[in-house]
Amino acid sequence: MDFVQSFRLAAPEILFSLSGLILLLASAWTRSDRGARVITWLTVVVLVIGGAMIAPALANGASGPDTLAFSALFTASAFAAFAKLLIIAAAAASLVVAPAYFQRLGAYRNEYAVLVLFAVLGMCLMVSSTNLLTLYIGLELNSLAAYVLAAFLRNDDRSAEAGLKYFVLGSLASGILLFGISLTYGFAGTIGYDGIAAALTGKISTGAVFGLVFVFAGLAFKISAVPFHMWTPDVYEGSPTPVTTFFASAPKVAALALTVIVAIEAFGNQIAAWQPIVIFAALASIVIGALGAIGQTNLKRLLAYSSINNVGFLLIGLAAATPQGVAGMLVYLAIYTAMTIGGFVAVLMLKDADGNPVESLADIAGLSRHRKVLAACLAMIMFSLAGIPPLFGFWGKFVVFQAAVEAGNIWLAAIGIAASVIGAFYYLKVVKVMYFDEPAMKAVGQSDWMHQALLGLCAVAISPLGYLLTKPLGEMAATAAGVLFIP
Amino acid sequence: MADFPILSVMMLVPLLAAVACLLVEAKAARQIALVATLIDLALGVLLWVNYDIGGAQWQFHENVPLFAGFSWALGIDGIALMLIMLSVFLMPICILASASIEKRVGEYMAAFLLMETLMIGVFAAQDIFLFYIMFEAGLIPMYLIIGIWGGADRIYASYKFFLYTLIGSVLMLIAMLWMVNEAGTTDIPTLMEYNFAPEVQTWLWLAFFASFAVKMPMWPVHTWLPDAHVQAPTAGSVILAGVLLKMGGYGFIRFSLPMFPEASAQFAWLVFALSMVAVIYTSLVALVQNDMKKLIAYSSVAHMAIVTIGLFAFNPQGLEGAMVVMLSHGLVSGALFLCVGVIYDRLHTREIDRYGGLSINMPYYALFFMLFTMASIGLPGTSGFVGEFLSLAGIYQVSSWVALVCTTGIILGAAYMLYLYRRVCFGEQKNADAAAMPDLNRREWWLMAPIAAVVLWMGVYPESFLAPMRADIAVLDARIARAKPESDAQLTAGKPKPANATEHTAHGEAH
Repeated sequence: MDFVQSFRLAAPEILFSLSGLILLLASAWTRSDRGARVITWLTVVVLVIGGAMIAPALANGASGPDTLAFSALFTASAFAAFAKLLIIAAAAASLVVAPAYFQRLGAYRNEYAVLVLFAVLGMCLMVSSTNLLTLYIGLELNSLAAYVLAAFLRNDDRSAEAGLKYFVLGSLASGILLFGISLTYGFAGTIGYDGIAAALTGKISTGAVFGLVFVFAGLAFKISAVPFHMWTPDVYEGSPTPVTTFFASAPKVAALALTVIVAIEAFGNQIAAWQPIVIFAALASIVIGALGAIGQTNLKRLLAYSSINNVGFLLIGLAAATPQGVAGMLVYLAIYTAMTIGGFVAVLMLKDADGNPVESLADIAGLSRHRKVLAACLAMIMFSLAGIPPLFGFWGKFVVFQAAVEAGNIWLAAIGIAASVIGAFYYLKVVKVMYFDEPAMKAVGQSDWMHQALLGLCAVAISPLGYLLTKPLGEMAATAAGVLFIP
Repeated sequence: MADFPILSVMMLVPLLAAVACLLVEAKAARQIALVATLIDLALGVLLWVNYDIGGAQWQFHENVPLFAGFSWALGIDGIALMLIMLSVFLMPICILASASIEKRVGEYMAAFLLMETLMIGVFAAQDIFLFYIMFEAGLIPMYLIIGIWGGADRIYASYKFFLYTLIGSVLMLIAMLWMVNEAGTTDIPTLMEYNFAPEVQTWLWLAFFASFAVKMPMWPVHTWLPDAHVQAPTAGSVILAGVLLKMGGYGFIRFSLPMFPEASAQFAWLVFALSMVAVIYTSLVALVQNDMKKLIAYSSVAHMAIVTIGLFAFNPQGLEGAMVVMLSHGLVSGALFLCVGVIYDRLHTREIDRYGGLSINMPYYALFFMLFTMASIGLPGTSGFVGEFLSLAGIYQVSSWVALVCTTGIILGAAYMLYLYRRVCFGEQKNADAAAMPDLNRREWWLMAPIAAVVLWMGVYPESFLAPMRADIAVLDARIARAKPESDAQLTAGKPKPANATEHTAHGEAH
């Protein structure tokens, strides 16, 4: 084993873990808002440095044995790099929006940034995994940090409830996943993805199928695909909004990337076995996500259902089981990250005259009269989530449906896109409330400049200008996706 | 001229003006919008003057490979040229007609200007996905126009408009993806010459039909139109009737017919059946309306049915007729909505019974209204006659029954329009407030007079409008000739036919 090579490949993760430990120690000695802010910004700097270290792997299309570290327990492939960059961007976004939110509640503590950093580390391990054990360690590291983050406002009932729900259901899902892993190990005799793929070819035994199903069920929970989505609205609503921003973006990217890795690398020879599961989860997520959102009156819950809905579209890309499908998913994930961060930042910016957060749909009635720019950005995000051109959200749907059609899943594509019209209904409802209704004059408070800047950035990214990115984004995604399909 | 990207500039001018309108206040926004639309009109005239009739099929070509998977490809033929002219001609009139809009003027003007960009984009797009993006994007500004500045029931109407048209279009996207995957190109002119297998054409045709039939709209998916028209502000109705409905007809002529000739022939009976129902049914519905806008909306559905039968007649007369009906209807129905808008601004009601005897106190208004009523009926000398005559002459060659039924629709059209005109303009001045309304002011003259002039021009000398399209229609006719359905009225003079003529009729209809 070449340690130099291994340490070099895992350098970003090592940086994250060391920085996390140091910042955790530093947190113990600083107990002030100012200290917390400094630690947050230091964490952002660490993330940026880590991102800069990861980026070259994406640019040079890293693949093959050169990317394997620690006796092939870890890979720094282009695919992992693509997912990591999205995760880091999303995590950094949810860090920079946090101070303004927590300070007003007097609940800003140093650990927030450190927990996010550890969660990022866990997610990086997830997407770099080459065997089921690395996968599980990464997933749990991420999950444990996430449970605490959900309950971060410990004096707030809803936050505590969200943390508890997330923990109980998350543990259950981890158990299911672990059970699936053990079955798979039992029948394949190995935990490495390559070995599993080699062992599970042709017709496989019922036990191995069980293992596969349990692994997918556990992963479906993590990506909040129907029928394992029930925790999502409650956790998203109860968690502090910066944390929700984080949950809806970074872990989603990581879990979806992980699902792709497991499906294509470990079970790549059993496509016929998992494809029906993915197709069912995709269509069910699209429909349930859309129908569930219609009755929601809380914006965070609405966005939670929207994220379920979007996972359905992402899975349509995976169901194609082709490099184009996975590339389409990655493009969609990048756009989804921008849309979802923009959406939650817009929610963060809604405050009443006293600065209390405003989250209900009724309270943003007529927002377009007194907060023109904010309303316009939120409307753009809604149209974009609905996939209406010329906004960039359309492109995400376009590429996954294109992949589905190219792979011959025409009926899946037709049903999926027809169901997307149901989703358009509730996105339109938000626009209607903001633009057509009489002003409720609730959300009149000023917003933090950091939030404004981030929302502006997301709005520009999802505006028609985003189409100028289609070429580089498509090429990067194609390179990243191609790595998984090297036999 | 050759290198000047005139189509892109025509799209860019309103777009920039839209952004500017958002930043300034009401009065300035109105001026910016008017100037921008007039610049576009001037550019449109330039486009027409420089269009080489009889030259290359596709002119003013632009192609910049900006995006992954599709490119910024623009270019027009005569058909697109005429529809672009219609759009740029109606836009300044819409802006002028919006004087009664008081709230959120900047956003209103921005929405209209954005609409103009997208309309030009739809007609000029040479890349199938660019077309789709432009086609769909138009939903957003129109949704806002109906929802923010519409009438009392505007929210219901805006939802219905959006969701109806969206569900129609999404299936078309899947069909487009399949076609591009099959043919390996996104270029519309190439796809127009690509021969898809007849059995897949059926499915592709149906997917496109779902979109265009809703947009057109055809019976029974027309129900969004009366709601949207009635609730939209006047200028919104003008654009909706004048240009947006034409996107459906344009879709048939650009996609369904040339790309799927066999399927078009196979489903011609469906189009005929729906059109016949639409002509008769919506005309009868129009006859009993009390709301002026609703009446004109239903008459739009009937006129669009004449367009569809002309399109699927598979001969040059029918195709040319359909195009002229589209252009004429764009002008006339737009003008009729403006006529309604003029008196609505004075009395704030669209109920027919609240008016009466307007020819006494508003003689000029009554004159214009009369002209547009006659054009809508299809009186010779107006634009309506040319189109309807050609369409019906075209369909008569294919099926005398369809021609018979649709001609009946024209008679019904005369009935409801004349009935409307009598109730509004003739008779006693039974309502004092209506009798006190002043005649057209200068601004309203500017709305009416240009349209009236073009309506007469198109009626007296339609050749100006037919000449640019003739070559393209001939190309299309040649393209679809191989699937041409058999006619039931073979005019082989002198030779007595055998006795199985009736069987032959049934055969012709079934296709």
